[in-house]
Amino acid sequence: MILELRRLSCGYGRRTVLSGVDLSITAGENLCLLGPNGVGKTTLFRTILGAIEPMGGDILVDGTSLTGRSRRERARLMAYVPQAHTAPFPFHVIDVVLTGRTAHISLTASPSRHDEEVAMAALERMDIADLAGRPYTELSGGERQLVLIARALAQEPRVLIMDEPSSHLDFGNQARLLSLIKTLVHERDLAVLMSSHFPNHAFACASRVGLIKNGHLVAVGNPSEILTESSLEDIYGIPVRILEGDPETDPALKVCAARAV
Amino acid sequence: MADGLTETAEAKGAEAPELGLGSRVRAVTVRLRTPTLVVLPILVFLLSLTLGRYQVSLGELFTLFGARLGLADATVSQEVSTVILNVRLPRIIAAMLIGAGLALSGAAYQGMFRNPLVSSDILGASAGAGFGAALGIILSKSVIVTQLLALGFGLAAVLITYMLAGRLRRGDPTLFLVLTGILVGTVFTSLISIIKVLADPSDKLPTITFWLMGSLAAINRQDILILLGPMLVGGIALLLVRWHLNPLSFGEEEAQAMGSETTKMRIIVIGACTLMTASAVAIAGIIGWVGLIIPHVARGLVGPDYGRLLPVSAVIGAVYLLLIDDIARMAGPLEMPLGILTALIGAPFFIFLLARTRRAWT
Repeated sequence: MILELRRLSCGYGRRTVLSGVDLSITAGENLCLLGPNGVGKTTLFRTILGAIEPMGGDILVDGTSLTGRSRRERARLMAYVPQAHTAPFPFHVIDVVLTGRTAHISLTASPSRHDEEVAMAALERMDIADLAGRPYTELSGGERQLVLIARALAQEPRVLIMDEPSSHLDFGNQARLLSLIKTLVHERDLAVLMSSHFPNHAFACASRVGLIKNGHLVAVGNPSEILTESSLEDIYGIPVRILEGDPETDPALKVCAARAV
Repeated sequence: MADGLTETAEAKGAEAPELGLGSRVRAVTVRLRTPTLVVLPILVFLLSLTLGRYQVSLGELFTLFGARLGLADATVSQEVSTVILNVRLPRIIAAMLIGAGLALSGAAYQGMFRNPLVSSDILGASAGAGFGAALGIILSKSVIVTQLLALGFGLAAVLITYMLAGRLRRGDPTLFLVLTGILVGTVFTSLISIIKVLADPSDKLPTITFWLMGSLAAINRQDILILLGPMLVGGIALLLVRWHLNPLSFGEEEAQAMGSETTKMRIIVIGACTLMTASAVAIAGIIGWVGLIIPHVARGLVGPDYGRLLPVSAVIGAVYLLLIDDIARMAGPLEMPLGILTALIGAPFFIFLLARTRRAWT
């Protein structure tokens, strides 16, 4: 059990957004959170990452609480992949990935040869080594998302948190990214916590799913058990159909679609 | 996407056993520029020493330095010695230190505030220091007391900004720093105006006005001593932590998630920049535009990586302000205030830069 949330409550000021969240994720597991807009997925992530203080409960990594740990210590355990964004300056892609080494570089030092090798290996792992010398600002949204994942890998974390990692990508790139995430989880033995607006993404790459509604985590479990027509109708408030692929040719394929509202 | 990745990695490793691709990419960018950045300031420094109404040749210059260092027996006339050592040398050193300091501050602030349009005076250091100096002048204090007042009020203004931003803060701390910085700057600018209204229009008022426009005309050796400490402390501190400005320019939360101790970094950067900006204003008045433009020039040469950007900004800032000051003391029958020249040259140049690099910012 790597990442564990115990009765975690989070929110802003006096306003509680989510309360009583109990959740644990082990290495090699990808848990995908689903829930309508504004339900508190990002708030939960910001709390876990330490950007906002928890309102109650505890966050543990490997059985010890994160409370009181420095930013450096946290960052060596946990990396964050934000939604593809732009940088204020045209940093080279390799320099963007090198910022993932921040927690490994002392305050008065610059990246070492080893740091450069780790960053380069991360780019190679994402198959975008050829982008190393390109300005980050000139990349497409899809390429930027891959760079941000490479940056998170360069951080060498045990837990990876991804906020809607595929939201800015086209249809093909979404599918490629989700399958890559699935591979990485096993390959690096990562514990991944991600969010998505699309139940199909959870079918595609999650080993477990969590459903959030009205400030609570209402269900956690295997995607095929949790993601049913009735549970999705309950969460999103629209009629839903779940379709399965041909058992002969595509036994693993499972998708959901909104029926005419 | 995930197919054949190990092969790629092995092939890359075989090609370049020593250097990663990242190093090679950047090595090419910088190869030609590094010698220039060392030689250029030395050349401009020597040239500036010979420039001026009193003609000094390069030969006399080397003879003088040789004699001072005990390398040669030959001597130069007393006039040449005085002009070079007591007049030009302090002024040139001051110009280079201030140019480097303002450029360093501007470059660091642009990253920390994630905004290419901010400059070294964004938190109120210049306005505060300007008020301190105006106060010293109207109270008829000695030069040294006036300079210390300027330095003190420059530091105080930024401290007020920092504390106020901490109190008001909701969310992103850098946004509140910029907002309160503008407010504190405005208050101190108004206080300067009040002093000007009260000042004796035949004597004090022109002194304050001219002083605020920025000038290095009255620099002497003692000024260098006041300038040197804050400039070295601030400059060295910034250069030491410079790489960590990279994660900081991706924003507070992202930097924290990557392990950046953002609060510590902010205190170091603000402290260093304020020391340099306030001491520059204390010695030479308000010299605008250097801290805004030079970082952009440097970024155009070596890219935005702070590992290279900061040292290059310092060198270009030093050379730039020295050349501007050469123009100031040579161009006309009377000394041109530096602040006017940097603005006259800086504004059109900035428009040119905006037109050229607009794409990178959107």
